[in-house]
Amino acid sequence: MAILVTPETKILIQGITGSFGARHAQLSLDYGTQVAAGVTPGKGGQMFAGTVPIFDTVSEAVRETGATVSAVFVPPPFAADAILEGVDAGLDLVVAITEGIPVNDMVKVKLAMAGSKTRLIGPNCPGVVTPGSGKDSHGGCRIGISPGYIHKQGNVGVVSRSGTLTYEAVWQLTTRGYGQSTCVGIGGDPVNGTSHEDVLKMFNDDPETEAIIMIGEIGGTAEEEAAAWAKEHCKKPIAAFIAGATAPPGRRMGHAGAIVSGGKGTAAAKIDALKDAGIAVAATPADMAETLIRHWGR
Amino acid sequence: MNIHEYQARELFAKFGVATQPGSVAFTPAEAEKIADQFKEKIVVKAQIHAGGRGKGTFTNGFQGGVHLCDSPAEVKELAEKMLGQVLVTHQTGPEGKEVGKIFVGEAVDIEREMYFAILLDRATSAPIVIASTEGGVDIETVAEKTPEKIVRIGVNPCLGLMPYQIRQIGALLGLSGPLLKQASKLFSALYKLFIDCDCSMVEINPLVVTGKGELLALDAKFGFDDNALYRQPEILAMRDKTEEDPREVAASDFALNYIGLDGDIACLVNGAGLAMATMDIIQYAGGRPANFLDVGGGATKEQVTAAFRIILSDKNVKGILVNIFGGIMDCNIIATGIVEAARETALSLPLVVRLEGNNVEAGKKTLAESGLTLITGENILDAAQKVVAEVKKAA
Repeated sequence: MAILVTPETKILIQGITGSFGARHAQLSLDYGTQVAAGVTPGKGGQMFAGTVPIFDTVSEAVRETGATVSAVFVPPPFAADAILEGVDAGLDLVVAITEGIPVNDMVKVKLAMAGSKTRLIGPNCPGVVTPGSGKDSHGGCRIGISPGYIHKQGNVGVVSRSGTLTYEAVWQLTTRGYGQSTCVGIGGDPVNGTSHEDVLKMFNDDPETEAIIMIGEIGGTAEEEAAAWAKEHCKKPIAAFIAGATAPPGRRMGHAGAIVSGGKGTAAAKIDALKDAGIAVAATPADMAETLIRHWGR
Repeated sequence: MNIHEYQARELFAKFGVATQPGSVAFTPAEAEKIADQFKEKIVVKAQIHAGGRGKGTFTNGFQGGVHLCDSPAEVKELAEKMLGQVLVTHQTGPEGKEVGKIFVGEAVDIEREMYFAILLDRATSAPIVIASTEGGVDIETVAEKTPEKIVRIGVNPCLGLMPYQIRQIGALLGLSGPLLKQASKLFSALYKLFIDCDCSMVEINPLVVTGKGELLALDAKFGFDDNALYRQPEILAMRDKTEEDPREVAASDFALNYIGLDGDIACLVNGAGLAMATMDIIQYAGGRPANFLDVGGGATKEQVTAAFRIILSDKNVKGILVNIFGGIMDCNIIATGIVEAARETALSLPLVVRLEGNNVEAGKKTLAESGLTLITGENILDAAQKVVAEVKKAA
């Protein structure tokens, strides 16, 4: 089953004609993902890569192709509008890759999405991958900017605030022979659509997911909340890693959300909460997969 | 991005937030002229992006970056001792900050000090107001020791700060009658400023009641959402690059994300999470990271070279760790960039490189055939241990 998306999921790409969106649309096609449509206002009627129809609006794309999930590659000033267009079109899932969306825009987007059926992942995230069964996981559903080939179909769920740390964890798993059910990048912004806790709940309910790697970083309290939930409810083994133990307080470490402020959001506090919940915490980023394997006993 | 106190007061004036009269002076003559218009005592404050100014010391021996004066002549004299001099406070580090401008304002007869702040609450994804009867002190200490003296009020972003919420805050702060009317105007204006300027935080500490019964925002700390600066040209124009670490300014010119730290092992990494984790693993291996540096997902040769220059401009650096997971980025392009950068900067420090991912074999070959004396790390931990060992060996 995996979570959020399967190899059969039809996706559309908002901002498919921009250089960033086009590059990753092509990589998703190469991976064997069902890229059903693209959306770029003013370019409706054109084709992408000779096979993917482009529409002016998301609702047309949905009506014509049956796409249920969108990847947003639209530049920051227009990204909030693009996300809400996807929500309005009744998509199941909108994955916002865009980095640099003003926080006030995301505050409004979250408020406007309340009560809708659409789930938002991101922004400022690498996206979602459900690996396929082909060579180098070909034939999977790749939404966003992750390298597809590092994955392998299997039973470990991965959730993370950071792109490259996700790739590290996935690669460590794959090279040790452990595949992934779904890998979810929830993004590095302070206001995002889906939390660690939301994804843990989905993994817990997914029969294909047997163990979980959760990667967090300094800033906010999302990891603590996820740990508190997992302590009471999660039936599956979890290994975690928290980045930023050496980060100076009050400084934003690349990600807009990675900041220790007012003594809150430290790595130490997160690690304590995770350990208290019975989650195995990797001492270094080199040790994420091994920590899970030991904890899992498989 | 940070702004100066006098710039915060300019924003107050624009949005109608009551504060003490005064303005900025760049010369002693200007300072005297501003002071001329005030009848009361005059306050003079050094304008640097650091706290602890009042207790700071100038490198010329003059004590204190904040003073109270009786006459414009005294203000002028004081300005001569402060302008162009270097002020050291507990937040500037021993090298201090040069004072290029001072704020000259009318001194206020303070009857009562309070605290008022608006910031983004991540847990609710909405703004939150924090107010306290305890002003002029560190709010975190108040929160810890006397949490009953703090009120936290969540704001619905659709509605903004509502009149009933202002009355609630007023009640906590003991503001009634004419003071409540002033509070209503001040809090509403401040909330509008917070939203319109894309602030991440506005902190008024202290908010004061004067002997004349006025409610004034006496000192302010602002934080701005960097993501929104593209639509805030007026705020962006307030950026004072002389207050920032020159290495961080140079990095931002090349779209690199650099933060200087005080260790001796520099690192160059792709991705913010991995860059943080690399700093952590350097410490885990027994070393001290000299910086955070994220070159991003699609770094060019020019960016890698610029990154090396910035790293090497830090005289504390004794070794370099390059940690790249090339997911989509071609490792060979990164390897070529490293080789060119090492040659261009005539690198003599130990360099440990850990490459993994797309086209990694070609990348490793490029490094091996470059003739550079670099060390290869098998994984992140191995690389960190090797660079720490090299630095210790050289010491």
